[in-house]
Amino acid sequence: MTTANPSIDQANTLPLKEKLAKTTAIQRRRAFLLTLPLVLFLLISFVFPIGQMLFNSIHNNKVSAVVPDFATAIQQWDGQGLPSEATFEIFVKDLAKAKKVREVGRTVGNMATRINYEMPGSRSLFTKSARKAGKIKQGPYKEALIKIDKKWANPQVWLTLQRASHDISPSFYVAAMDLKYNETGEVVEADELYQIYLDNFIKTLWLAALITFICVLLAYPVAYLLSVLPLRQSNLLMIMVLLPFWTSLLVRTTAWIAILQTEGVINDLLVYFGVIGDDGRIQMIYNQTGTIIAMVHILLPFMILPLYSVMKTIQPTYMRAALSMGSKPFYAYRRVYLPQTIPGLAAGTLLVFILAIGYYITPALVGGQDGLLISNLIAYHIQKSLNWSLGAALGTMLLVVVLLLYWVYNKLIGIDKLKFG
Amino acid sequence: MNKIIKKTLIAAAVATTMVAGSAQAEDITVVSWGGAYTKSQVEAYHKPWNGYTGNTVISEDYNGGLAEIKAQVEAGNVTWNLVDVELSDAVRGCDEGILEVMDHSVLPDGANGVPAAEDFLPGALAECAVGNIVWSTVFIHDESKIQGVDGLKDFFDLGKFPGKRGLRKGAKPNLELALMADGVEPADVYEVLSTEAGIDRAFAKLDTIKDSTVWWESGAQPPQLLADGEVVMTTAYNGRVFNAIASEGKPFVINWDGQVWDLDLWVIPKGAPNQEATMDFVKFSTSTKALADQASWIPYGPLRKSSFGLVSSFHSDPSLDMAPHMPTAPANFTRALQNDFEFWADNSDQLNERFNAWLTK
Amino acid sequence: MINFLQKSINNKGRAYFFLALATLSVVLLTGTMKAAVGFLLIFGTPLYFMEKMHDYSTTGERFTRYVFLVISASVLIFLIAPVLIIMPLSFNAEPYFTFTDGMLSFDSEAYSARWYLDILHNGMKAPEAIEGWWSDMWNNAQWVRAARNSFFIATVSAIIATTLGTLAALGLSRPEMPQRALITSLLISPMIVPLVITATGMFFFYSSIGIAKTYTGVILAHVTLGVPFVIITVTATLSGFDMSLVRASQNMGANGWTTFRRIIMPLILPGMISGALFAFITSLDEVVAVLFIADVEQRTIPRQMFSGIREQISPTILAVASILVVMSVALLTVLELLRRRSEKLRGMSPG
Repeated sequence: MTTANPSIDQANTLPLKEKLAKTTAIQRRRAFLLTLPLVLFLLISFVFPIGQMLFNSIHNNKVSAVVPDFATAIQQWDGQGLPSEATFEIFVKDLAKAKKVREVGRTVGNMATRINYEMPGSRSLFTKSARKAGKIKQGPYKEALIKIDKKWANPQVWLTLQRASHDISPSFYVAAMDLKYNETGEVVEADELYQIYLDNFIKTLWLAALITFICVLLAYPVAYLLSVLPLRQSNLLMIMVLLPFWTSLLVRTTAWIAILQTEGVINDLLVYFGVIGDDGRIQMIYNQTGTIIAMVHILLPFMILPLYSVMKTIQPTYMRAALSMGSKPFYAYRRVYLPQTIPGLAAGTLLVFILAIGYYITPALVGGQDGLLISNLIAYHIQKSLNWSLGAALGTMLLVVVLLLYWVYNKLIGIDKLKFG
Repeated sequence: MNKIIKKTLIAAAVATTMVAGSAQAEDITVVSWGGAYTKSQVEAYHKPWNGYTGNTVISEDYNGGLAEIKAQVEAGNVTWNLVDVELSDAVRGCDEGILEVMDHSVLPDGANGVPAAEDFLPGALAECAVGNIVWSTVFIHDESKIQGVDGLKDFFDLGKFPGKRGLRKGAKPNLELALMADGVEPADVYEVLSTEAGIDRAFAKLDTIKDSTVWWESGAQPPQLLADGEVVMTTAYNGRVFNAIASEGKPFVINWDGQVWDLDLWVIPKGAPNQEATMDFVKFSTSTKALADQASWIPYGPLRKSSFGLVSSFHSDPSLDMAPHMPTAPANFTRALQNDFEFWADNSDQLNERFNAWLTK
Repeated sequence: MINFLQKSINNKGRAYFFLALATLSVVLLTGTMKAAVGFLLIFGTPLYFMEKMHDYSTTGERFTRYVFLVISASVLIFLIAPVLIIMPLSFNAEPYFTFTDGMLSFDSEAYSARWYLDILHNGMKAPEAIEGWWSDMWNNAQWVRAARNSFFIATVSAIIATTLGTLAALGLSRPEMPQRALITSLLISPMIVPLVITATGMFFFYSSIGIAKTYTGVILAHVTLGVPFVIITVTATLSGFDMSLVRASQNMGANGWTTFRRIIMPLILPGMISGALFAFITSLDEVVAVLFIADVEQRTIPRQMFSGIREQISPTILAVASILVVMSVALLTVLELLRRRSEKLRGMSPG
């Protein structure tokens, strides 16, 4: 109890309750202000970029930016037969105008690429016709255009154009879910030979689950050993967990390549000891096996550390009590020890699973043809095929899964419980 | 040891007078495919140009494709001045407005006085590009390990030559190779490929070696894969293989049957700085002499007719005549296919998607 | 299994793909956990024999104990061996990724430091020259350039991440903090969101504001990725923090800054430094964001290694990797010392 200060009491006649409320409010604001710089920073550097990516996955204006008048006009078309002569005229004029544009994102090539995603093989239709569109000076425009290329008489071209004229459309999600628009504009399953994303999602999740499972099996005994050993010894062994954890991911991946490749350390040893012949070298890398080994190695510390920190707090007396009261060892283990390690197990499992489904580098380097996980497909579309919207759509789908798991993690464990070392 | 001390002393002297290294305004960054190919350009283009103008060329490597150019242009921060690209990328990049239009009228006449427009081979002067060489995808094997390889069909014959194969990771030009190995004549390849049945046929042929294939991504990999014994046959770019044979004495053999040839061209990303100096470099590097000089470093065919007669021998071995090693040499050209840039511009998205799906199944 | 899942999804209709996918991952995850728990139940029983081996233990118990020890030891070896094995390999005189016969018989001819020299020579204009060798190496050697970039980017990123992260952690650890859970999960999320997604988003956005392909862009990305580690480590140091110390200091008339400098700072300093080290090494190790955002000019060591592994594998990469391992050992030592100091300061018993 502090002594009341008369001068303050006189100056401040507010009731105690309100004063308290005011002080609390100030303290709340202070605490919040401390986090504000970082929150703002992350909004700009992280949240906003991801938000924009979400937007990119449904937004693509490559048609309306190139042939703006046509994009408005085609909306009137009912989708039956071919669009009207007037619409054709607008299209031809827009196309001739667009041919002269060299501004990034507004050329005929951009529109052609956009349409080509949904109608493979139609790219040159646009670029070729644009070159000739300027020569069409008078109607009938419909006939003139079809004379340039008879594909213009195919209603599917116009249906696709009409769909793509909307700046906001779900068409990239349609592609990301192995679906496509058919000749009449309905959403149907894509040809099986072209289906890749759904299988890949499942393969990624499956692989992540397998890796997590292996990590649990390997981490549990090690974490237990570390938690029961005397401090000096456990600290020494801890280095064997922490050093890989602190070593560059690429260094560890390189190491696995050196160890597992056909001319690598393990194969050489096997040949040396005569276990296999020189021509019977085992393929252990650039396939699924290599990916699993390298990823388990990289993610194992993320399982050991949370398990260890939980096991450390478990009193050995409980087990002794159970055993001394005549419990069978198996029963005591199952009912007393294991339940107490569940929080650490849950934390490690979720963390490893979440990290595993987003992995990119290791599968890309040691996965060979099996190394195409969902992250790699996203990178492929961003960096190679340049279908950025499809990449963004796949990214959004992956993000939803990860955030869901993150939410579960937060509910179950609380992210503030996370510790390293 | 003395050498190191000397180096240190000189360095100390230099360091005191050294100012913070900043690039001069006239330096240009030229991006190419790395390895022996970039080396040939450095020797035949960069160094002599530097001698004439005093401008330095900063050489960077990449793995092809338009992604980097597109990213730089859309970011409004273009740092590459000149890029060596394949024809299909030159055309597509031009269509999408991420490349500068090139003024071909400034290109110098051939050494024999023929105007540039007639001197260059057809297709070498595109709206946004100036071509420099013809290169080719061929398949190679190690003569010390297997003998008697007879044409492209043997590449797909696991019974005759068991062992791993190396192929580029991507649909191009594996589909073409598969069809030619399956008996399609080069002239008909793209016609067959433009039907669904033709694509199925190509994939079916690839299926026969899928499980024995190692996929490579950069041109430096295949000679290494073959040297390391990871594969017994692999596709590769002819120039790099030649260098592995001529410079490193590797017992590799180039099989020209069913070669798929293509052009490489210079393009300027839209909004690149120093365009005047860059154009000067383009003029210099695509002159009759520079193209002929390059051919003495790597057997990629010059795109100027006036350069043909000037192609001499390998830079380090005067007895090794370069002309017979060019993709365009008559003996190598009996069953050759030119990569159809328009087909790939139209179909690469779809075919690569199918290729990826095929690969993971 | 995969086929079965696939089919069930196909049949339900793919409009519900999201729901199915989300449920699937949760099911897989809980399934994994259940399977793991079940497995531990069966095979984990020997664990408790570990703790104290009594004189009256049966032979069977002793046997399980040894089995358990062997398993644990193998896992630990599995963890450490790859990191250590690259060191001798990096001294291979031959351009192979394996032990040659000469190396196994400890023939000194079979060992060489040529790959370490290659780190310096690669990219140099005139590696044999004497005059101008140092400036040539400093400016042109690819790995040296990459190392300079890496250290510059990592240092700046670590400083910014530590400053912002520490401030935020101070705010988060105050009992009055509003919306703590929400804000904490926001600040930690860069660690959780798959790197490819983060990098893709940054690539689009940074391109649109013109900072992609610049140092600013790469540093911004690396600060973002380093911040969670700073928050976690500093919050951990603050968790044992006695707030009455602050009140005592204020009672004695110290202002906010003095309190921070004299009371809070010394106590959280170990946490700050280990957070900074985490941020530093995160940046030093990061390659995905660099792949997307950086230009050749900002090429870092991991980026250089990535293309090295993909294109031309030579033992030079092993030499670089060995140097990095030595660095990790040094960093780890610093961290361990800091941890001990922190625990001493906070009056916790060691361990």
